Amino acid sequence: MYQLLKQIVRVGIKTEAPPQSDEGLRLLNQRLQQEILGMFAGSLAIRHVDAGSCNGCELEIHMLSNPYYNIEALGIKFVASPRHADLLLVTGPVARNMEVALKRTYDAMPAPKLVVAVGDCGCTGGIFGESYASCGRVANVIAVDVAVPGCPPTPVALLQGILTAISADAKG
Amino acid sequence: MAFDSLRLHLSELPGAVPAWQGQTTAAELPDICHAVKVQGGRLAALWGTDEQDHGQGYVLHLALAKPEGMLWLRSALPADQPHYPDLSPIFYPAHRLQRAARDLLGIDAQAADRRPWLRHAAWQATDLPLRHDADAAAVFEQGGDDYAFTTVVGDGVHEIPVGPVHAGTIEPGHFRFSIVGEKVLRLEEHLGYTHKGVDKRFQGMALAEGVRLAGRVSGDSTVAYAWAYCMALESIAAAAPPARALWLRALMLERERIANHLGDLGYLGNDGGLAFGLAQFMRLKEDVLRMNAGLFGHRYMMDCIVPGGVACEPGREGLEAIGAECDALEREVHLLKDIYDDHPGLQDRFLTCGRLTANTASKLGVIGLAGRASAQAWDLRAQARPAPYDVLDARMKTHKNGDVAARVIMRFDEIFESLRLVRSVIEHIGAGEIAVPLPDIPSGRMGLGWVEGWRGESVVALESGEDGRIRSCHAHDPSWQNWPALAFAVFNNIVPDFPLINKSFNLSYSGCDL
Repeated sequence: MYQLLKQIVRVGIKTEAPPQSDEGLRLLNQRLQQEILGMFAGSLAIRHVDAGSCNGCELEIHMLSNPYYNIEALGIKFVASPRHADLLLVTGPVARNMEVALKRTYDAMPAPKLVVAVGDCGCTGGIFGESYASCGRVANVIAVDVAVPGCPPTPVALLQGILTAISADAKG
Repeated sequence: MAFDSLRLHLSELPGAVPAWQGQTTAAELPDICHAVKVQGGRLAALWGTDEQDHGQGYVLHLALAKPEGMLWLRSALPADQPHYPDLSPIFYPAHRLQRAARDLLGIDAQAADRRPWLRHAAWQATDLPLRHDADAAAVFEQGGDDYAFTTVVGDGVHEIPVGPVHAGTIEPGHFRFSIVGEKVLRLEEHLGYTHKGVDKRFQGMALAEGVRLAGRVSGDSTVAYAWAYCMALESIAAAAPPARALWLRALMLERERIANHLGDLGYLGNDGGLAFGLAQFMRLKEDVLRMNAGLFGHRYMMDCIVPGGVACEPGREGLEAIGAECDALEREVHLLKDIYDDHPGLQDRFLTCGRLTANTASKLGVIGLAGRASAQAWDLRAQARPAPYDVLDARMKTHKNGDVAARVIMRFDEIFESLRLVRSVIEHIGAGEIAVPLPDIPSGRMGLGWVEGWRGESVVALESGEDGRIRSCHAHDPSWQNWPALAFAVFNNIVPDFPLINKSFNLSYSGCDL
């Protein structure tokens, strides 16, 4: 236990404060918190669905929770059930074998609900496109509020996408 | 040579790995497979192609591996009755591979299990999407999706259906647990949810473009797949990349292994109740990814390996930075390993949990990291040793216990070995070109790629078509072999240990749903 505590103290807090020199990024973190406070009373609950991705986007969604991005400190958490979720984060081109499961997950969410399509595949179908096995982009299957391009999008791009979704909802 | 005793007419394929190709009739396959198995070989991949546009029927392809090399066997099947003998009694992984080939192409091993595997509701048994005459853009009429799971009956037995949408940020698949109390009596897996039609998508792509798709078969193994694809294409072209490119490929492959192992060790700590481990290891993984982004232009090194070489050059300073990072990582990971080793709560969760015995692993043909944790000594880097592993002297790590603890130890051991290999690359690498242009490639040539990724081996079999395009390309993920092992590993464990056991295998869905 001593070694464990020593390691925690030695490493310290790695979470990156909103960088002062990057106005865009600083704004991002602040606006994110304000929007969440306004819209979701201090907590945004995200349900992730992999609708057919290559698992590259999942790697970056995982990284959102690491100490550098520390997404939970921003009041955002990933939840296990769509019934607890405010926002659906969808990766992949939608495999036809996942079409029904994705629709059911979306239907299971309480309103108001937001959808963010993640990655080049989620935005356009990407390299897999549309075929006998793929419905292509997420918007071909459910309504999408924001699409975040990238293969895969970086954690910062993902955060930006989530912010944009919340802002769009506030305007609407 | 490795397959002499089979008395087949074999031709050696040029390229980085020892590989031979031969033809045989379908009727001879059981004897050949049996002979390979007796000699310590195994089934590496099984797939089919449609040759009716060439006035023939279908071809069943088998990749059979021995430590010394790979045999790629082709068996012609008639168009009107494309049947072949069931090979699953000899090679366990054939069960699902045969079902997948039947779903896509209609070639039929006539095995007892008539259930589809990749085909859910998106197409019907009479639609054969991988046939050349099937329009790639066609959308088929939906079929029914009523998969017949095996039912376990008895006093107090009940089922827990899980998925395809899982509770965490993971890929989709369905798990059907039959349990009594908390104890798992049976786990039946139903995969194929992320089937994206990859084999069909490959057809007609430019040979040089195919590497991008190969790099997205399973995103966490993008380096392994890109290298395997390029190895296959370079085999066809009979062109070797420059030495510096090969060193850089090995550097990237080992960095991919380190990054994935770091992430898994974090999640294994977390699933064992030690959130500290997740925070610590994910911090280290993020550092590795940031170094990748800085030196290779991509956090996961996607599209950095290209036919003929590599697309990025970290330079002298970059290599020095990687060397310094290796030293820092080694210290940090040792420290965390001591903490894991000394943590009674964590070890209590790890030890004896999800045990896959060496005997079961051998029967199932389990490979890669999970195989080595159950005493299955397969590591291409230490056996067939494609360049530059012929110089690198990679040391294979194995363990005999086959439990979660063994798969954790394997990851620690392999991180340390990969750090050693990365340092060795930095010592050996010389100046020079990082890519050569490939010559024009005539149609009808075949090449094989075989790379030991972090999870296990990635195999890519490529055939060139007209105008520098792909006639057919098939990518095989080690998860095909290892998914069945998960069902054996959870037997008699309690349901709450399943996430931990599953994570300790960390298999790809996308890689084998294709």
